[in-house]
Amino acid sequence: MALLDDNPGPGGQIWRLHSNQWTTRMRASGCEFLPQATVFEVRGSHRLGVWMEGEAHDLTYQKLILATGARELFLPFPGWTLPHVMGAGGLQALAKGGLPIRGKRIVVAGSGPLLFAVAAYLKSQGAIVPLIAEQTTLLDLALFAAGLEANKFHEAGRLLWDLRAIRYRPSTWVTSTTAGLVRLNRGKPVPCDYLACAYGLIPNLELARVLGCAIRKGTTIVDETCQTSVADVHAVGEINGIAGEELALIEGRIAGYAATGQTIKVTRHLPRRARLLEFRRLLSRTFALRHELRKLAAADTIVCRCEDVRFSQVQAAADERDAKLQTRCGMGPCQGRVCGPACEFLFNWPAGTLRPPLAPVPVSAYLNRQP
Amino acid sequence: MSTEVVIAGAGIVGAAIAAALTNAGVGVTIVERAQVGGGATAAGMGHIVVMDDSEAQFALTKYSRDLWQSLLEVMPAAVEYEPAGTLWVAVDEEELQACRQKQRYYDDHQVVSELLDEKALREAEPNLAPGMAGGLLVPGDSVIYAPTAARWLLDHALEGGATLVKGEVEAFESGGVRLSSQRLACDIAICALGTAATKFFPHLAVKPRKGHLVITDRYPYFVRHQLVELGYLKSAHSHSTESVAFNVQPRRTGQVLIGSSREYDQTGSELNDSLLRQMLERAALYMPDLANLNILRMWTGFRAATPDKLPLIGLTRPGVYLATGHEGLGITTSLGTARILADQILQRRPDIPIAPYLPSRFDGREAS
Ligand SMILES: Cc1cc2nc3c(=O)[nH]c(=O)nc-3n(C[C@H](O)[C@H](O)[C@H](O)COP(=O)(O)OP(=O)(O)OC[C@H]3O[C@@H](n4cnc5c(N)ncnc54)[C@H](O)[C@@H]3O)c2cc1C
Ligand SMILES: Cc1cc2nc3c(=O)[nH]c(=O)nc-3n(C[C@H](O)[C@H](O)[C@H](O)COP(=O)(O)OP(=O)(O)OC[C@H]3O[C@@H](n4cnc5c(N)ncnc54)[C@H](O)[C@@H]3O)c2cc1C
Repeated sequence: MALLDDNPGPGGQIWRLHSNQWTTRMRASGCEFLPQATVFEVRGSHRLGVWMEGEAHDLTYQKLILATGARELFLPFPGWTLPHVMGAGGLQALAKGGLPIRGKRIVVAGSGPLLFAVAAYLKSQGAIVPLIAEQTTLLDLALFAAGLEANKFHEAGRLLWDLRAIRYRPSTWVTSTTAGLVRLNRGKPVPCDYLACAYGLIPNLELARVLGCAIRKGTTIVDETCQTSVADVHAVGEINGIAGEELALIEGRIAGYAATGQTIKVTRHLPRRARLLEFRRLLSRTFALRHELRKLAAADTIVCRCEDVRFSQVQAAADERDAKLQTRCGMGPCQGRVCGPACEFLFNWPAGTLRPPLAPVPVSAYLNRQP
Repeated sequence: MSTEVVIAGAGIVGAAIAAALTNAGVGVTIVERAQVGGGATAAGMGHIVVMDDSEAQFALTKYSRDLWQSLLEVMPAAVEYEPAGTLWVAVDEEELQACRQKQRYYDDHQVVSELLDEKALREAEPNLAPGMAGGLLVPGDSVIYAPTAARWLLDHALEGGATLVKGEVEAFESGGVRLSSQRLACDIAICALGTAATKFFPHLAVKPRKGHLVITDRYPYFVRHQLVELGYLKSAHSHSTESVAFNVQPRRTGQVLIGSSREYDQTGSELNDSLLRQMLERAALYMPDLANLNILRMWTGFRAATPDKLPLIGLTRPGVYLATGHEGLGITTSLGTARILADQILQRRPDIPIAPYLPSRFDGREAS
């Protein structure tokens, strides 16, 4: 058993290197943890190329469980590339990493439950959050609350209580920002030090796609045991659809038991998973992005940050590949990980082709391979 | 303007032909099934280079390079023209001798070149491995970004009245070209489909020859010239099934483009791991620090190769012309190809002898 992650420690996005019962249990289990290990290519069947400690390694497996998580979706609007603008989870991570936020005014905007969590955290660290701007409607939010099962309802209630002093405005989105100021589709401009903005999460599907796993509507397709369409490959957590920690934990257990043939233990978790899948559907319905968000960018708003490609240039392209060839959109160091999903939403383009490597690795990764 | 000519394929060759014919007042319709410049044109290195494997290859590449230079003033920035020059790298005295020979040939043919000794080579390219014997610098060679060049040439034709039709060519018939959706009547059809030409003309002596390329992140001035090993002449242009050669290029963006490999009998676009490794190992042999540069992306493409390494430019049957078989030089030779094809169609006197490129040279010979 080996667990590999490109981060320096286990825990993924939410636990972020803070140990808890699960990381402790993982370490006690005899599972080998390989930190700062990046899967950069698929090398045929049951074999991955892993970049670790300055070298490329071949990793063979009998069973593979993908738990590659999600990243934030950013949509371009005038000013979104300015230094005071960050992702919602991104700003939270920076704050956890030491960015001073005490006494800072931070507008939280975008979509999804992550905005609550981030605002609550920022507030707990002494930041002033004058406003949470949520693009979805009050009606959708009410239906969402009504659809929550009791324990999730309590969770939400607790968050709302923590956030009672913060204005939470549905049907509201950022139309532009300049240093120190955020403009919204309604109401007066809001002064701020930072803008934390993200339009929900999108699954990190790159590895699953290269492995050939069937994908539908931007998530992996799995059966009850979290098995993908590819033999011996399971997928768990956010790549199966955005639903948060609880479902990720259940799916992790299911896939772990299924991959090791402990069928009875799998069964035990199925009812809970089924209920959480309802929650996942509810989430994606509630926070579906509205059409107006396609119209925020001005002609000269940058869409591809790596290559400085502007909205009007991308708009003139016939499709994703034409945009790439003619404007370099998505050709930079992040290989379209940021602008790709934005363009999929803005122009209804299908996802572009993936080429190796999955993450930048030095030429030497292809020279002397270590088994 | 009526359509007199239908061009199948909007790669750089088809786009250049469209521009040349439109310039001469000919009505042109160009048919492309996918992105403009999205075929081999999007896979290639974009090295504009004079090559001298044969007299005929030299004549066409030199003629074409001059045509590229004549366009410099009107070329948009998006074409990313870089006057990088080619530096042929000689590892030992034997190869340096070959450089001297090359230089004599270039001197006799009005191509400027400069012989570099070991020290001058190191000054020109500090990241080359120490101990190389020298090299030959050809300053008139350059680098472009081919997809935008194709788009620019095509836009020029469209502004001159040409029409772009999106569609799949299904047959070259007498008096017209049949697409899946319609039939385009014309007096003359031109097949500029690159490697796909053999689908319609199976007898052609054209075979796909696969190549790998690797692009790095930005490392400005890591490489200054388009570097090519002199052994290239031995390794890359032989007809063996698989070969690699040191071929490294500075992009306008500061990125480094690493080639090259050649491989027959392959049709899939997937990477060949062992050939890719050989290619990168060869590159790192010439430039050891290349090993530390981050790779962003790797891809493959197909060259349309002919047995005599010369393209097919001319009539193949009444009313149908070919412009394919450009192997690894079609970006360079697109402009020359367009001119001599237009010369044939318009019965103008060509600037260079065209017999070596006529498809009829293979008549009676089966595709090898
Ligand atoms: C910025 C952000 C903040 C979030 N905050 C919350 C929150 O407050 N509450 C909540 O319930 N949910 C939150 N989520 C959702 C959260 O991701 C999930 O609930 C939970 O972490 C799901 O676990 P996971 O294992 O699917 O993904 P993750 O926790 O994201 O773990 C995926 C791990 O895989 C690694 N990885 C990915 N690709 C590779 C590769 N090729 N090679 C090696 N390693 C790789 C990643 O570095 C990461 O460590 C947040 C998500 C994001 C992106
Ligand atoms: C790895 C590599 C490196 C190279 N490096 C260089 C270099 O440095 N310098 C250089 O000069 N050359 C180089 N070349 C060669 C150069 O890329 C090609 O010779 C040139 O691009 C050929 O252009 P083309 O227009 O003939 O073909 P293509 O660009 O392939 O165009 C053919 C077009 O026809 C279309 N098509 C095909 N079938 C149909 C159909 N049925 N209906 C409608 N449309 C159709 C295709 O979509 C395509 O757009 C390189 C090639 C490769 C593979």
